[in-house]
Amino acid sequence: MSQNTVARRTSKPPSPWKPVTPSRKLSNPNAVVSLNGRWGYIFTAPFFVMFLIFGLAPIIYSVYIAFFDWDALGTKVFIGMDNFTNLMADDRFWNAMVNTFDIWLMSTIPMLIISISLAAVLHSPFLKGSTFWRTILLVPNITSVLAIAIVFGQLFGRDFGIVNDIIGALGFPHVDFIQGTQSSHIAIASMIVWRWTGYNALIFLAAMLAVPGELYESASLDGASKWQQFRYVTLPSLRNTITFVLIVGTIGGLQVFAEPLILGGSYNGGDSGQFSTLTLFLFDQAFVAYKWGYAAAIGIMITVIVSIVSIINFYITRKLAGEKK
Amino acid sequence: MKSTILTNPNKKPKWHKMSVGGYIALIITTLLSIFPFYWMFIVASNGTDEISKIPPTLLPGPRFFTVVSHVYEALPQFNQALLNSFYVGTSVALAQVFFSAIAGFAFAKLNFKGQRFMVLFVVLTMMLPSQLGIIPLFMLMGYAGLLNSLGALIVPALVTAFGVFWMRQVIDSQVPNELLEAASIDGAGIFRVYLGIVLPIIAQSSFVLGLFSFLASWNDYLWPLLVLNSPENFTAQVAVSELKSSYAIDYALNMGGAFLSTVPLLILFIFVGRRLVRGVMDGAVKG
Repeated sequence: MSQNTVARRTSKPPSPWKPVTPSRKLSNPNAVVSLNGRWGYIFTAPFFVMFLIFGLAPIIYSVYIAFFDWDALGTKVFIGMDNFTNLMADDRFWNAMVNTFDIWLMSTIPMLIISISLAAVLHSPFLKGSTFWRTILLVPNITSVLAIAIVFGQLFGRDFGIVNDIIGALGFPHVDFIQGTQSSHIAIASMIVWRWTGYNALIFLAAMLAVPGELYESASLDGASKWQQFRYVTLPSLRNTITFVLIVGTIGGLQVFAEPLILGGSYNGGDSGQFSTLTLFLFDQAFVAYKWGYAAAIGIMITVIVSIVSIINFYITRKLAGEKK
Repeated sequence: MKSTILTNPNKKPKWHKMSVGGYIALIITTLLSIFPFYWMFIVASNGTDEISKIPPTLLPGPRFFTVVSHVYEALPQFNQALLNSFYVGTSVALAQVFFSAIAGFAFAKLNFKGQRFMVLFVVLTMMLPSQLGIIPLFMLMGYAGLLNSLGALIVPALVTAFGVFWMRQVIDSQVPNELLEAASIDGAGIFRVYLGIVLPIIAQSSFVLGLFSFLASWNDYLWPLLVLNSPENFTAQVAVSELKSSYAIDYALNMGGAFLSTVPLLILFIFVGRRLVRGVMDGAVKG
């Protein structure tokens, strides 16, 4: 992934101070050898200590409680894999899974296409006011999900939302976005797209700017059209960036909960669970039903799913976007 | 930035022409990006009845201050909530920059046994879904006596794997080894090297990391909702969500609250937006 940084690092001119052939293998080949490395333990200790207490220990402990029947106040009873087998038979889990993937697909694909297109526009050297456009792109990303979910909830309202005003003006009947399954997913996906498209466009723009101009020059000398240049020069060089954006988007997207939580105003994910998501279901079990063991099992399943999808993403994008390295 | 082709007129490539379509796309994007903020203000300044008309009003109305006063009636601690958010965000930002920078320095520039493994560990932990440990963390906050206090928001957020990894990348790419070597061979101790050479070079990037931490903290919603329950400890987000639950659907009130909780960020953004853009682009995976 960090092919670029690695390349930059290895191409650094050799330091005059570094011994030409380090006799022992360095743990960190880029280290400044004249500095005492032992300080490294002290400098990283605060991070590790706090991370172990507040990050890792809770995760390990929730793996442990996933094997117990535990209702927060009562006693813990070891039940082995029962939480997991119950989960497999729980319709709410599968419903949440389908919803999560549907929202994820409906947000990721438009977001990728729009953000790469916007980046291509911003990449043009003839663009005026590029700083302004770039800055505007980041505005949605700094806003809280809460504020935006309140606004979008109103915009997608059945009776007085602007979206339905437009639908009505076009001569179609109003859509009850929140009550419908697919339509509520559209509302949620549009919030995610709104929030992340500009941010990712900046990421893609940075990657495009790192492509050497000579590649385009020789491509245009060979008579490649603009589209061909985009397809055969720009897109392959974005391969790692697309993988990165997809994986980060998968980790976030498969854990989506704030938008549906605020839109529905409860952990149910709508009256019939039509936009319940995996993480929302976890919170529902943890903080409404107080089934902590069950909730922990859901958390583990989310982790497994996120890992599998990330790995699949990784291979698919390598195939799609890339010729050889 | 790598935008030399943008600034050097002689190197302007001839294969790209800026079309009108590009500008139209950017203008539409701008309008769509700004519209929700504008709409918050429209609704909050017109009142719920006014926007229920078809077609709805698209211009600001006269009722903004009435709605604001309703927000403060429904939640007298709203100012306190804004202050709490500011306090938590600033504490988290300072702590994350402090701990991430020094750990990032160690990972980027120092040679110690296990360094490679530790970096890998940091990267792997970034992949873990953050919600996974939320129940034990909640229990932990209970044992520590931090529930219903701002400490429950600050303490778990003091360090993040992302911050450490980010500072490591920044220090690795921005601070030349030769500079540090020369200084240390001249007899500067490790603290003088860090404070005198590394910190000034990474000041900009540290600021960007701090801003992102601040924004993430300010916008965090679920965790504060879970651990805080008395109004004087609410953050801005919790306060706004209280407005949502205390009235049926008073859109003007909700949007007024949302608007008030967003304005500080927009003002901040006016000053730091360009730096944030640079931070995002510098941190991007290229290639």
